[in-house]
Amino acid sequence: MSLLGRLRSHDDTKPWTGAYAPYDLVKELCIAIGVIALLAILLTVLFSSPDEKPSTIAQWSRQQPVNFVAAAARELDSTSPTATYGPPYNHNGEGQHIAFIYLQKWLGVSHPIDTANDFVIDPLRTIPNDPTLQSAIAQYLAAPEKTQKAWGEAYAKPLEEYETANEEKKTPPKTVALDPTTGAVTVQASGAGPVPTMMSSLLALAKSGGLDGSLLTSNQFFQTDYTKPLLFMADGGLLSERAEGQHLLGKQWGMMNETGSYPGQTWLWLYTLWYQVEPFKASSNADILVMLVMSALSLALICIPFIPGIRSIPRKIPIYRLIWKEHYRAQQGV
Amino acid sequence: MSATPARPPSWTGRVREAAVDALPPEKLLPDTQPTYVASWIYVFGVASIASLVVIIASGCILALKGPAWWHYTGVGHFFNSIHLWAVELFFFVMVVHLWGKYWMAAWRGGRTRVWITGAVTFLVAIPCALTGYVSQQNFDAQWIATQAKDGLNSVGVGAFFNVTNFGQMYSYHVLLLPATVVALVVAHVLLVRRHGVVPPFALEDRAAASGAASTERDATLAIAEGPSAAADGPSS
Repeated sequence: MSLLGRLRSHDDTKPWTGAYAPYDLVKELCIAIGVIALLAILLTVLFSSPDEKPSTIAQWSRQQPVNFVAAAARELDSTSPTATYGPPYNHNGEGQHIAFIYLQKWLGVSHPIDTANDFVIDPLRTIPNDPTLQSAIAQYLAAPEKTQKAWGEAYAKPLEEYETANEEKKTPPKTVALDPTTGAVTVQASGAGPVPTMMSSLLALAKSGGLDGSLLTSNQFFQTDYTKPLLFMADGGLLSERAEGQHLLGKQWGMMNETGSYPGQTWLWLYTLWYQVEPFKASSNADILVMLVMSALSLALICIPFIPGIRSIPRKIPIYRLIWKEHYRAQQGV
Repeated sequence: MSATPARPPSWTGRVREAAVDALPPEKLLPDTQPTYVASWIYVFGVASIASLVVIIASGCILALKGPAWWHYTGVGHFFNSIHLWAVELFFFVMVVHLWGKYWMAAWRGGRTRVWITGAVTFLVAIPCALTGYVSQQNFDAQWIATQAKDGLNSVGVGAFFNVTNFGQMYSYHVLLLPATVVALVVAHVLLVRRHGVVPPFALEDRAAASGAASTERDATLAIAEGPSAAADGPSS
């Protein structure tokens, strides 16, 4: 007997030999299309659909200049979430795993991103007529990696202290100054080398909107890949701040929500549920764990006819008596 | 007169004969159904197809005008809203349909493939909707893309399904995944037409399964399928 044959249970369901009644399938489909179309139009008239404008790097740098500069410093220093992500963006992280299984690494780096060059240095090189900046870039690139690291850390430390103080609603340190009129950020960091010059120029470029375009530039004229600007913005605070206000964070069951009070992707409720409970909630490998659990459950859904016990529940809990109530009543009449 | 020599059957002829054998016209489009097909639960199957038709129709209008149209015109926003609500209705009626078929154990009597194509359609519809959400070019798209990437990357899928690449997601959303859903639905409906709607349980089976003695009444009701064993697994 084949494997499939062994999986199958005995089934004596016989073809129907009883009575037939007129049934117009085409008419039923036409009426159903009409009813669903009317329902969709009614819901449209009543509720419309959400369309919150997207964020841009220009907005981010104007609204949260300190946060922008701190994120950019982490990109230059290669300590940002994107810089340390691992595949498919770079080799700087192991990625998520279950025991010794690293599915994230199997297909390698398919969308290479070097945050220091792609997010900071290359965009800065596009700024013309600024010998001070070009000299700073040259100085940075000529320095050994250890020195670059030291400059980056020296610059990032006061910014981190500033952001932490802001989060904890304490008085921020005076090593970081924000000019409320111009939005300029001044960081008093000794031993930061050319980094302050580079960051000031990057902030100015971002505010002008130049960085949005610069991150989209590749070898061709038409652009459709927003991976770089999206990952850069995700390393900052603007997107998550907006998301929290729209109940879209993971802890807010955000995977199945959308902006406003719309139903969103309610069919993802089970995916979302796992992120709210242990051991998934606190795991650094939550994504791969949830994906594998959902893959197993999806396979189980497909294979229900072959799963002993699960396939017998419908017979044991007689909901079918309600479904076929008319049929059983008619048979009783016989 | 000499007789015309018989021609060997062509590939086309063989395909036609196989198709007609499997689904003769009266089986493909019957105008009668077994008398037990009389419950509101049956409405949800056809409602799923109807929702898909409205989704595709509204999606075609949006595709004709391009992905940015609905952001700056009232008419575009109207059709986008229809598209969104048709998707919400589609998932709602499909889930009810799926639960209904589960409680009927609709895989019985050689209908395993009917169940499998239905379940796979539901699962493929989920990324189909996701690609729509990340193709919206608004804040929802930005946030969903930056969050969904982690789950997909964690299992290696991100290498060929990059949710932060608008162009790729738009292609998946308007062609690859809808075509897969439609193909699955067509296969599902043809299989339903071939095997017919699953008959009701014979009531005597339940009495036997629970160990209770069959009542005279249940025995009377058991003519629906004839005698059958207390098993619900597929036979094909």
